[in-house]
Amino acid sequence: MKPASDEKVFQVDGAISALLRIGVAASLVLIAGGTVLAFLEPGGYADTPAELSRLISANPAFPRSLGAYRHALFHLDGQAVIIAGLLLLMVPPIVRVAVSIWAFARARNGIYVAITTTVFLLLLLSFALGRAG
Amino acid sequence: MARSVCARPPPTGRDRCSDAPPGRTALPTPPACGPIFDSATAVTPPLFTLVVLVLSYAAGLLGSLVGVGGGIIVVPVLTLALGVSIQKAIAASIISVIATSSGAAAAYVSERITNLRLGMLLEIATVIGALVGATLATVISGRWLFLLFGVVLAYTAWSMSRPRRVEAGEAPPDAWADRLGLHGSYFDRSLGRAVSYRVARTKLGLAVSGVAGMVSGLLGIGGGVLKVPVMNLAMGLPIKVCTATSNFMIGVTAATSAAVYFVRGEVLPFVAAPVAVGVLLGAKTGARLLGGMRQQRVRLIFVLVLIVSAGQMLWKGLR
Repeated sequence: MKPASDEKVFQVDGAISALLRIGVAASLVLIAGGTVLAFLEPGGYADTPAELSRLISANPAFPRSLGAYRHALFHLDGQAVIIAGLLLLMVPPIVRVAVSIWAFARARNGIYVAITTTVFLLLLLSFALGRAG
Repeated sequence: MARSVCARPPPTGRDRCSDAPPGRTALPTPPACGPIFDSATAVTPPLFTLVVLVLSYAAGLLGSLVGVGGGIIVVPVLTLALGVSIQKAIAASIISVIATSSGAAAAYVSERITNLRLGMLLEIATVIGALVGATLATVISGRWLFLLFGVVLAYTAWSMSRPRRVEAGEAPPDAWADRLGLHGSYFDRSLGRAVSYRVARTKLGLAVSGVAGMVSGLLGIGGGVLKVPVMNLAMGLPIKVCTATSNFMIGVTAATSAAVYFVRGEVLPFVAAPVAVGVLLGAKTGARLLGGMRQQRVRLIFVLVLIVSAGQMLWKGLR
């Protein structure tokens, strides 16, 4: 295979970089906003040393059922908003890999479509694997 | 700050017109307070958040000035000084690693330095490593995590105190690199010309990437400190290409580990929030300051911080 410059892949990567930057900024806003909410709202973080030891040793860290999480987010629970921001931070790398599959496919680079798809599937596997444990 | 427990009683019998040097009263000697957060200190959630935010900012700033992520400082701070369990500290750190990678990516993308093909190929190894590492981290005892973290900190200090080799040697032929078209070129702005390079020892690169991914998943750090020297010295990539490609890989690797930690319920929103915001903003400030700083001195400070943290992490693991 010739050492091509992967112009198409770079173009696509460049095109989404603005999107990624907005994504990171949006998650920062969610995380910071969620923290403020958690401090202000009733039922959020209390202002005592005992509360601190509860907060840094909670196990599990947050309601693990999706239903409970959706309920909390719907009621603008501070911690739920923070989690939304943290999850949003994970999106840019995943999107980058997904979009690269498409870009390599457009460049008709079969080997790299296969390699990138493998990475993408492994990424998705991590969600499933964590759940199984 | 609201550390009333440690506050010195206000100076009495002395007003602003006193003949003491101005620095004296404004900057009292620090009172003997012991570790920041022992159980006797009345630390409340707002103070904790503020302290984590400030320290994470400092970690992100320092890290970006010397070319490593903030995670390598954040985890020791959270565990040694603030009493967070090491698994929860690692989970908080790994999310900040994703954020830093995405933040830095934009600059690299526009310069087109990243070797996307090599990055994707090695990514297979780092992601598998990260899956193994993150899964292991939630089952092995904290003692081992402290020991391993101490070793990685000591290694990082050692590798940073060596002089950097910028020019890679002549690359031996590598059939894998030929077949996969890994060789590349980029336009070097500081040199003002295009630089072509050949990639060698792809299989070694895959092996090291697997280890780096595992360490990243286990310890919540990016792992660039393991990959970059190998990509530079053994695989023959110019240092700028190594850094950009490693940064690209770190985001994907960290997202994999973070997913495992998330689903396992190890990510505490209360801790992860100030860490993510602090490290990301610190890294942004660092990127802006870069160039105007005295590199040598910053590096020296950083190496000292690493050595002290390494000693303390090892001690905590051995005790």
